[in-house]
Amino acid sequence: MQKLLKNDKLFNIVVPIFSAILGMLVGAIIMLIGGYDPAAGFSALFQGMFGSPKNIGEMIRAASPLILAGLAVGFAFKTGLFNIGVEGQLLVGWLASVYVGYALNLPAVIHIPVAILAAAIAGGLWGMIPGFLKAKFKVHEVIVTIMLNYVALYTTADIIKRYLYAGNEKSYKIQESASLSSGFLSDLTNGSRLHWGILAAVLMAIIMWFLLEKTTTGYELKAVGYNRHASQYAGMNVSKNIVFSMTISGAFAGIAGAMEGLGTFQNMTVLSAFTGTGFDGIAVALLGANNPFGIIIAGVLFGGLNTAAPQMNFNANVPSELVEIIIALIIFFVASSYLIRLLLTRFSKEGK
Amino acid sequence: MEYVIEMNGIRKEFPGIVANDNITLQVKQGEIHALLGENGAGKSTLMNVLFGLYQPEKGEIKVKGEPVKITDPNVANRLGIGMVHQHFMLVHNFTVTENIILGSEPTVAGKINIKDAAKKVEELSKRYGLAVDPYAKIEDISVGMQQRVEILKTLYRGAEILIFDEPTAVLTPQEIKELIQIMGKLVAEGKSIILITHKLKEIMAVCDRCTVIRKGKGIGTVNVAETNPDELAALMVGREVHFKVDKKDAEPQEVVLEIKDLVVTDARNIPSVNGLDLDVKAGEILGIAGVDGNGQSELIEGITGLRKIKSGSIKINGKETSHLSTRKITETGIGHIPEDRHKHGLVLDYTVGENIVLQTYYQKPYSNSGILNDNKIYEKAKALIAEYDVRTPSEYTPARALSGGNQQKAIIAREVDRSPSLLIAAQPTRGLDVGAIEFIHSKLIEERDKGRAVLLISFELDEIMNLSDRIAVIYEGKIVDVVDPKETTEQELGLLMAGGKREREGVS
Repeated sequence: MQKLLKNDKLFNIVVPIFSAILGMLVGAIIMLIGGYDPAAGFSALFQGMFGSPKNIGEMIRAASPLILAGLAVGFAFKTGLFNIGVEGQLLVGWLASVYVGYALNLPAVIHIPVAILAAAIAGGLWGMIPGFLKAKFKVHEVIVTIMLNYVALYTTADIIKRYLYAGNEKSYKIQESASLSSGFLSDLTNGSRLHWGILAAVLMAIIMWFLLEKTTTGYELKAVGYNRHASQYAGMNVSKNIVFSMTISGAFAGIAGAMEGLGTFQNMTVLSAFTGTGFDGIAVALLGANNPFGIIIAGVLFGGLNTAAPQMNFNANVPSELVEIIIALIIFFVASSYLIRLLLTRFSKEGK
Repeated sequence: MEYVIEMNGIRKEFPGIVANDNITLQVKQGEIHALLGENGAGKSTLMNVLFGLYQPEKGEIKVKGEPVKITDPNVANRLGIGMVHQHFMLVHNFTVTENIILGSEPTVAGKINIKDAAKKVEELSKRYGLAVDPYAKIEDISVGMQQRVEILKTLYRGAEILIFDEPTAVLTPQEIKELIQIMGKLVAEGKSIILITHKLKEIMAVCDRCTVIRKGKGIGTVNVAETNPDELAALMVGREVHFKVDKKDAEPQEVVLEIKDLVVTDARNIPSVNGLDLDVKAGEILGIAGVDGNGQSELIEGITGLRKIKSGSIKINGKETSHLSTRKITETGIGHIPEDRHKHGLVLDYTVGENIVLQTYYQKPYSNSGILNDNKIYEKAKALIAEYDVRTPSEYTPARALSGGNQQKAIIAREVDRSPSLLIAAQPTRGLDVGAIEFIHSKLIEERDKGRAVLLISFELDEIMNLSDRIAVIYEGKIVDVVDPKETTEQELGLLMAGGKREREGVS
């Protein structure tokens, strides 16, 4: 028992790595069954991720919103809440960043932080709604967040059409002073769309780690997540912590939206379907074991798989959907290794 | 055929420990056989071997003289072995009958014949004196009746040998009395019973023979008629145990806790505490005796601010606290050893150190401007672990990994160390073994002698009688009488707890 508990940290690292490898292996088998050459497929996939500076740049660019979405899910999860509403919070954050980026005229040093902050506040408020409903009326956050995703999707589309419409299903472009894109980074990576957003993602991961592990606020949040009753007994305000946790989680998601608005696209599209980034965030958090630094690695991996998929299709003739399958398989193995861990712990508990 | 069950030289290992080492248990037909041992001594492991949940590494099991191999609980059932679990395995929104037949439903063309089943349940319940309502839902019936359903479940499956796993832990004194009668009736009808327990009084009251195990080893089997509780305790713990707590007379001083006309309602808005008056003085232990469910939990929740009170007044050191938050009340100097240590007392996924600062993490020196100071937290934890003899590999170990007794010691260390003027101890020794109980009792008395007010709530009359300087009896949300433990008897207390009046009016 003791030995196993000590190995818990190791286990947390081994499981995701193992799952990623297993996911790729089974992916290879599926390629074989489908009549494709797995060696060529994977080499093309690898090329697509690391083959050129541009590919690396695109991988990191795609990773930034994924990391932030993963942080949002992971943060809520660490405090005992399941935030399925990252997608919606991301959309309102995206819109808020684009609006501030378009409507204000400020020097870049102020404009960028203000636009990111606006995204964080919008996402935070959007996350606060389910938090408040849960704390006050015990409405389950999963249901509210799912519904709010749709509200966010259609509300943002409507707002763009009414107030920010530049034609061609797109909003106005943001000002140069609010843009995260960088000629320097672009040149460095042979013309990829890499922007400064990755710094924001890494900074937020550090903030999440610090908040949860080093502050009294994090101590309370985690305590409420682990054991609501004991937290109440200890004099903590459980409702306040639930609302706060969902707000912070939503703020992370909002910043993920700013990555798209201020970085990759410089505007917002009138969306008719979800981006999927918010839901991928669940997978990223799961693979990263809800650890901020694990989430960075998982985000980069998923970002790379997504950006390399077309390349795999082009060079090895393997359908890009196979990447979706591989991602699904990785998640499957992460989830089932929790099962393995469960069995292991149960077995060792019986030994007591 | 002398023995109905024989377990010879059973050895069961788990990675790193030997849970059972050459244990022999022989149960005669028609006897109540106690299996006595401290928490973690290996009682449950041994019974799980008998019930087919574990396979032993060594040793043989004979049922009615026949060597058998019990590979899973179904085999055990077929051999007539039934287990009454401590934590009931019941489906709460099913009826009594549905629970009893679950897994072996009598069917006619795929349809459950619930009437026949209910009839059979009724027959069984009459025969063994197990009063249940076959059509009542589990969630609506008392804990005592739920246990009777568990017993009926085993009988319905034709059990001849019944294993009771700490059956009295969840029962009120009245229900315990009923259970003892039921056990007598079962034995009279030819069943054999193995009773797992660490309560010596119960062994003395109902058992014929007793097998003692200690740290995984069989210590021996004694005839209960030829022994006494002291000897059994010494066998179980491996040293002499003091039951009677040594304590000086109390020197009560000023009133610390003063409750007037308190009304607290429960979740259904029914007053559980209904016009209660109580005062606890510095330097005394006031014990609250009462049957579970007479407002004890709501009283504590009211005092500690976990539940909003309806009306009345609560003063701590003369200061009205009834409308303050739990945190504010805690800060006025209340220590609270909660009734349910897993639900309220600990964050099991936190380390021992993190649990030690559960109420003080936001204060200096454990944190500064919102930043935790891990060094100070674990320094404090280390000191308390040593002082209160909490057996844990380290202060960084998750609380979940500790045994029940050590978890409780950690809570007591935390609550006592905050040096409260009022210490509320709710069921402080529930489910603990003799050694831990001894320690906790001496700590409570030590606190009293330091001039603190101690409010003790317990369903164990012995504990109340031994520790209290005054006993307040709670019945239907009121304190019906306050008696001196030296001048009262268990019978008198039992009567008061059931709502009766004292005969010697005016004498106290």
